[in-house]
Amino acid sequence: MARAISTPKKIMWTALAWGVGLLIFFPILWTFLTSFKTEATAISDPPVWFLFDWTTENYSDVLARSNYPLALMNSIIIAVGSTLLGIVIAVPAAWAMAFVPGKRTKDVLMWMLSTKMLPAVGVLYPLVLIAKYLNVYDSRIMLIVVLMLINLPIIVWMLYTYFREIPGEILEAARMDGASLGKEIIYVLTPMALPGIASTILLNIILAWNEAFWTILLTTVDAAPLTKFIASFSAPEGLFYAKLSAASIMAIAPIIVMGWFSQKQLVRGLTFGAVK
Amino acid sequence: MILKSALWGSAAGVCLAAGLATIATAEEITIATVNNGDMVRMQALSPAWEEQTGNTINWVVLEENVLRQNVTTDISTGGGQYDVMTIGTYEAPIWGANDWLVSLNDGMADDWNADDLLPAIRGGLTVDGTLVAAPFYGESSMVMYRRDLMEAAGLEMPEAPTWQFIREAAAAMTDRDADINGICARGKAGWGENMAFLTAMSNSFGARWFDMDWTAQFDSPEWAETLTFYLEMMAESGPAGAANNGFNENLTLFQQGKCGMWIDATVAASFVTNPEDSTVADQVGFALAPDTGLGKRGNWLWAWSLAIPASSDKQEIAKDFISWATGPGYTTLVAENEGWANVPPGTRQSLYDNAEYLAAAPFAQMTLDSINSADPTAPSVQEVPYTGVQFVAIPEFAGIATQVGQQFSDALAGNMTAEEALAAAQTLTTEEMEAAGY
Repeated sequence: MARAISTPKKIMWTALAWGVGLLIFFPILWTFLTSFKTEATAISDPPVWFLFDWTTENYSDVLARSNYPLALMNSIIIAVGSTLLGIVIAVPAAWAMAFVPGKRTKDVLMWMLSTKMLPAVGVLYPLVLIAKYLNVYDSRIMLIVVLMLINLPIIVWMLYTYFREIPGEILEAARMDGASLGKEIIYVLTPMALPGIASTILLNIILAWNEAFWTILLTTVDAAPLTKFIASFSAPEGLFYAKLSAASIMAIAPIIVMGWFSQKQLVRGLTFGAVK
Repeated sequence: MILKSALWGSAAGVCLAAGLATIATAEEITIATVNNGDMVRMQALSPAWEEQTGNTINWVVLEENVLRQNVTTDISTGGGQYDVMTIGTYEAPIWGANDWLVSLNDGMADDWNADDLLPAIRGGLTVDGTLVAAPFYGESSMVMYRRDLMEAAGLEMPEAPTWQFIREAAAAMTDRDADINGICARGKAGWGENMAFLTAMSNSFGARWFDMDWTAQFDSPEWAETLTFYLEMMAESGPAGAANNGFNENLTLFQQGKCGMWIDATVAASFVTNPEDSTVADQVGFALAPDTGLGKRGNWLWAWSLAIPASSDKQEIAKDFISWATGPGYTTLVAENEGWANVPPGTRQSLYDNAEYLAAAPFAQMTLDSINSADPTAPSVQEVPYTGVQFVAIPEFAGIATQVGQQFSDALAGNMTAEEALAAAQTLTTEEMEAAGY
């Protein structure tokens, strides 16, 4: 039976939720507003909220100065590609850890996670030299592989957590019905863990989209994604806040739209197995 | 009829041959550059060079620190991704000494006159007699001040003020109720942020980073005097939260009329005098960076320059581009398209002999005087084993100075005293230098 909540409490909690939501959303709102201001209005004091001469000049300047379509395409290919490649590798790995754990499974999981604590710059030079040797510097395939490796521990951990919620007996039943290992994973396990896999994919696309160390240092022109596009509009000596805001909005808009449409799936996946 | 056909055929053949020749020689070069007004302007005007030569350019425009990470990674691994790199005065001597950069002593265009380059700027880009980078624009630092506030305070800014005058004037101009701070200066931690300002300032107080044995000198009375003076002046007359202020933050404050004086890069002059962005554009005066009478002024010297990495396989075309971008012809091109005030400053004497430029840029003479008064080979009153005015041209400097800058920024924020900050700076610098084998 649901617990009754009094109206004043409901109003209070709703107001609080809206307050926190607005607080989190405020930087994006401010960036959005600034992107339509002139550089002078962007730094005006006191700040101007809505009553200014709205201009789209910053967007046209940004588009004229850089190759946004190429950067957008690179971001999509790198983020989606690295995530899907990671899923292909992580699903069997997580299956093995969840359903046929060995003596050292927990240790392996912890070790995988510990690689996330390695300072990325420590492997910068080896990776650059490998990329140069294999002639894949400034290529999408290099970034797909690198970002997949970086995010693989998180993908395996997330899938492992979801798989642990699925009763092993169901897989056993499939096996007794004659399903091979591949069929068991593809036709039985995967459909049952779909919400978890979907949220893993979404979260890792977001992580790969925002990754700014490798995507900047391993690219020049051909594979440069939106992170490098943004870096070209920041300046320590010169006020280009309005243009930087326009570039930022253009860089985050696709991922915000994706998050908006998939939020139901994302929340469902993240809370998968949380309540029994 | 036959003749006509033959003529048309010949003409078509000539056109085709010319077209094929163009295709055969046309190359694509990749240029990494920093995101600032002058460089963005160069990017916008570069189609003129592309049309002239038939070559094309891939631009990689990045924020200064990101650019530094990118090009350092590329050049130190021989990546060969870039044909032209924009580098600073800090990198040029280090990379030049490592033979990472192509000599520009020869192979430049005939009208590219190296003797026209300002001696201080040229000296900073020369390694053992080899010019390793061509300056695109040069800058020093100077005092920018509000003439109306100075007059209201009953003071007159000398052309070459002392630090004592600056401190007294700052106190007189400060009006906390009106949100006017007498002095704005860098406080944000970083080797190119507060440490650029404080290292240049320390030169004028007789301090130095290292003695001739490469021993750190933060325990010297000169450094104590520098830091104490800076902290006291900023506490008396600086803006709130000064420990977070870099160039852009102070530029915003000055343009909003909240700074009586601002000591920073000469390149800021064109921003603060631009009426479209600055509310005090018609009230700005300029003076040389302050001194203490010891013979050195507290101004720095910097140039963004174009260099060719040794790993580039298109060095001739890269030289042709650099000749165009840093030559006198580019100056004329900018003047024709954007006006004389927007010409990249601080690299060539001929620009400062140009009456049209001097008329259009009220800050021109002060910029030239500031640059000429900086000597990267003898930055301090005392003898030093290094070159560089606001930096020490060794690879370890950026890391050490950023850590030292954090101590000084902390002191400015009130989290520690000047003595504590200097003691910490001395310890960490000594440790880092010993670890580096000095």
